[in-house]
Amino acid sequence: MSAETHADHGSHGHEDGQSHGTLKSYLIGFSLSVVLTAIPFWLVMTGALGDQQATALTIMGFAFAQIIVHMVFFLHMNAKSEGGWTMMALIFTLVLVVIALSGSLWVMYHLNANMMPMQDMSQMP
Amino acid sequence: MASKAASAVMTDDVVFYLADEHDHAEGRSTMLGFWLYLMSDCLIFAVLFATYGVLGSNYAAGPSPRDLFDLPLVALNTTMLLLSSITYGFAMLTMVKGRVGQTQIWLAITGLFGLSFLSIELYEFAHLIHEGATPQRSAFLSSFFTLVGTHGLHVTFGIIWLVTLMVQVGRYGLIAANQRRLMCLSMFWHFLDVIWIGVFTFVYLMGMLR
Repeated sequence: MSAETHADHGSHGHEDGQSHGTLKSYLIGFSLSVVLTAIPFWLVMTGALGDQQATALTIMGFAFAQIIVHMVFFLHMNAKSEGGWTMMALIFTLVLVVIALSGSLWVMYHLNANMMPMQDMSQMP
Repeated sequence: MASKAASAVMTDDVVFYLADEHDHAEGRSTMLGFWLYLMSDCLIFAVLFATYGVLGSNYAAGPSPRDLFDLPLVALNTTMLLLSSITYGFAMLTMVKGRVGQTQIWLAITGLFGLSFLSIELYEFAHLIHEGATPQRSAFLSSFFTLVGTHGLHVTFGIIWLVTLMVQVGRYGLIAANQRRLMCLSMFWHFLDVIWIGVFTFVYLMGMLR
């Protein structure tokens, strides 16, 4: 597979390892995506796991796996493209995303939990 | 130390920049630049996901996800987007081989899958609004429509871009500039599919679990 990608490069002269992928890699990515999409839908629609918490964690795991599959097989992410700068940008963005998501959820959850209910406010002196 | 450096500047003309700009091939940095744009777009979606995460359970005594969402419809929608992703992949493969006609056909199929995704989504939105689940109804619905609607808008612009490129390829063939544009759209299209993974998992599937 890598030999094919290389040949591809030579003929097109795309710089810095811009990979187009191969038919095989696209088909592998597609089949994996289908499986990784079908299982979460099946889990939620049938309630096969019974426990909601467990189901939620499982489908989050599947989503994470599918995102990785898309990154590798469809977006052709690797550590070498554009001299590593795409990977650096991705890591930086992921750090920001994690901070934005976890920070918002954490702060707003505690804000909700610690706010005084409205009826108590009206009884305050 | 400082005086030494200063004297160096005084004695022989030290330049701290390149006197001649070296050659940049046209479009050499386009892919990296476009990737950076996608990352900034990712941040927009991160903020919308965070908003949905915070507001998603404030129903204001209105309908909850369980009352509204139709999972078979979402599964169909997901299938459409996934199929459009693989057909775009095929378009890229035929593009590399330089086959204009086949590339155009795969692009057209991709566009049709994208259009069916949009139609299903618009049907879903119309259905929700008809049931009274408008964006104004509750914080949950406001954040839901903002998040899913923004994704839908991206797909809409992706389709417009796709049609534009089909016209370009039809007129000028698979020249280097068009190949570069098609590769940018490829990244955009696959990126939207990645975002959709987050949407169907965290909004639809997790919504049904609540």
